[in-house]
Amino acid sequence: MDNDLSLQDKKDLDKFIKFFALKTVQVIVQARLGEKICTRSSSSPTGSDWFNLAIKDIPEVTHEAKKALAGQLPGIGRSMCVEISLKTSEGDSMELETWCLEMNEKCDKDIKVSYTVYNRLSLLLKSLLAITRVTPAYKLSRKQGHDYVILYRIYFGEVQLAGLGEGFQTVRVGLVGTPTGTITLSCAYRTNLAFMSTRQFERTVPIMGIIIDHFVERPFPSAGHMQACDYRAAGEEDGVGYCTVEDSQEVCTTSFSTSPPSQCVFTVSKAHCKSPKPAVMDTLKVPVLGLSFSHQLCSSRLSYQPPMLGAADLCYPAALNCANPHQVVIPGKEGGIPQVPSQPCHGMQADHGRVSSCPPTDGAHQLCGTPSAGEVAETLSRSGEAKAPSPPEALETTFTRKVGAFVNKPSTQVTTTGLDCPFAAFAPRNLDSEENDPMVHPPESPTSASPLQGSLHSQDSDSGGQTHDDFVLVDFKPAFSKDDLLPMDLGTFYREFQNPPQLSSLSIDVSAQSMAEDLDSLPEKLAIYEKNIDEFDAFVDTLQ
Amino acid sequence: MFNVIRNKSGRFYSRQTVYSFSAARKQVAMNCRSEVLEVSVEGRQVDEAMLALLHTILLHRSTGKFHYKKEGTYSIGTVGTQDIDCDFIDFTFVRVSSEELDRAIRKAVGEFKEALSNSGSDGMGQISLEFYQKKKSRWPFSDECIPWEVWSIKVNVVNLANEQERQICREKVGEKLGEKVINIVEVINRHEYLPKMPTQSEVDNVFDTSLKDVQPYLYKITYQITDSLGTSVSTTMRRLIKDTLAL
Repeated sequence: MDNDLSLQDKKDLDKFIKFFALKTVQVIVQARLGEKICTRSSSSPTGSDWFNLAIKDIPEVTHEAKKALAGQLPGIGRSMCVEISLKTSEGDSMELETWCLEMNEKCDKDIKVSYTVYNRLSLLLKSLLAITRVTPAYKLSRKQGHDYVILYRIYFGEVQLAGLGEGFQTVRVGLVGTPTGTITLSCAYRTNLAFMSTRQFERTVPIMGIIIDHFVERPFPSAGHMQACDYRAAGEEDGVGYCTVEDSQEVCTTSFSTSPPSQCVFTVSKAHCKSPKPAVMDTLKVPVLGLSFSHQLCSSRLSYQPPMLGAADLCYPAALNCANPHQVVIPGKEGGIPQVPSQPCHGMQADHGRVSSCPPTDGAHQLCGTPSAGEVAETLSRSGEAKAPSPPEALETTFTRKVGAFVNKPSTQVTTTGLDCPFAAFAPRNLDSEENDPMVHPPESPTSASPLQGSLHSQDSDSGGQTHDDFVLVDFKPAFSKDDLLPMDLGTFYREFQNPPQLSSLSIDVSAQSMAEDLDSLPEKLAIYEKNIDEFDAFVDTLQ
Repeated sequence: MFNVIRNKSGRFYSRQTVYSFSAARKQVAMNCRSEVLEVSVEGRQVDEAMLALLHTILLHRSTGKFHYKKEGTYSIGTVGTQDIDCDFIDFTFVRVSSEELDRAIRKAVGEFKEALSNSGSDGMGQISLEFYQKKKSRWPFSDECIPWEVWSIKVNVVNLANEQERQICREKVGEKLGEKVINIVEVINRHEYLPKMPTQSEVDNVFDTSLKDVQPYLYKITYQITDSLGTSVSTTMRRLIKDTLAL
């Protein structure tokens, strides 16, 4: 019949709509990843670029979109929606915008499917590319990272705009008439960006295996974690609503991945094992369905009772980085725990940077005067083994916080063997030797509240490595010293290279060597370098 | 040849066509749709604002390269896109990934900016992006250029007193440009007249096939500076006449 669509046309139209929906989702999600997108034009058609546009396909996003569509197509009354929301490190979340791909009944019977509809869909995608950079959420998404992340959710069916708050605006991207209806693409975005003033501290079972109350009520420390140590002045604060260690264990095992330097240091409060406040300052980058942003930066800080012990807050930022972005496990809201595969984990660099800014030398200063070096070493090596990171595999936890580290029980239950932490030596069973323990009574420590500051000063004043007046480096047993890469442990390395020999070029003997000799040796050197040029290139590549 | 004039971008026009330009321009309202966008920007934002809008329009008016096969069918190449952050405006726009096209647009915008700054202190001008089709006429008349879509961007350059105002201007102009992009998209998605897809012999009458990676519709960028007296000086006409005389 002339009125009905020919079979081929119908098939083509369905295919176009399906791929249009998938590409729409890709464009929207990629526009909210926080990076600039760049694809290349190609004059020769590759045959795989739908709508003649170079739009990359992120596999997870396609997977999620297909899952949401479940074999159906957007149709009349069945809209495909992509919801973009923001989630802060404190757990607050807010819907920012909802992109809707809808179909209405207005048909354009005369239009040619394989040609006009296709080109108009292509034009609509270009418009989508332009509009996604214009809505307010774009700027927010470019700045995501430390304080918040942007999440997406795809659903199919009725459009839900209630979460956008009052006064939301709508922008229509465009519409394309087809013989079976008119496809419209629009975006409803929130204009009222004020958060809820009262934050509900949720202690619900985590959807994704991460306990929300790991995230502390205080503002996310954007810069060095060191500053946050001050927070822990008084020992009386009880971690309101903090999970016990058992819970955190489970959480850890499911959600964190390993990476060698990323381990937590736990020092147990001596006086009475109060539940420490695991100050997990995290960027809970929970990419629902696959936006990989990585890293749970977990800083677990346990405080001593300052008045009683005069000891320190240890703030040890540890990056439970997914060293391998493939390992972030974040289940979508729909359930399931899809693994996030290769994604540009742009935030990773940030966290790596941050990690490196909190060097283990902090721990060095804290570790002065380990009463029983041997024990600590033992513990360290044990902890090292226990942790056994293997990044390429799955999501093993870095932490194996064994029972005892955080348990709010009498100290007698704490055993060194049970503890993974390098500071197991300071576990309550050493109460007897408390007076002699330099950690407990740090020699001439200025403030008991946060001797870490003292160490900070020392860190600043020395460029890392020389003993500070306040601390006598009796024995150096740094935390996290087990490293797979180095055959020796960090302590030995540190000691060995503490006083490096003078550079030969700076030594007096240089004067004996004449300039002429230098110049003579140059051609040979150049020849060698040229020979090894491939090696150098490879090295440079690894740096990039 | 005396009767053939070449303008700065290397296009050859017959003298008659040159004269018919202004006539065609007057007929713009009749033959093609004309859209006007207005922006107020600070001096250093002019380049980026113009680039943002012109590239947004060209993104929608460029296709991949056509490859004609036998039987009159053709395949289309792929157009890549690129996000460009503005330095002086809180804005990011998407443009086609084509260095050649970008260069051509930047050149035109640069000339416009220069003309603006060389003009009086008023700082008002207008840059126009015109899409046209070439229509072959029979000998001795040569081809006509018939515009089918003209975008005019009116620019008003403001001077700001201090850094705080500049900061506000950054954001405001960013928002304004966003609104303009939405306007552009709205117009384009009305799906009004577009030239028919040409056969192989006609493709140069519809598309600019000189670029190697993308194929925009034939376009032309012109500008006018309004001096303080309000009279508009058509620099294009001046240039054309200069070219004529030069030959």
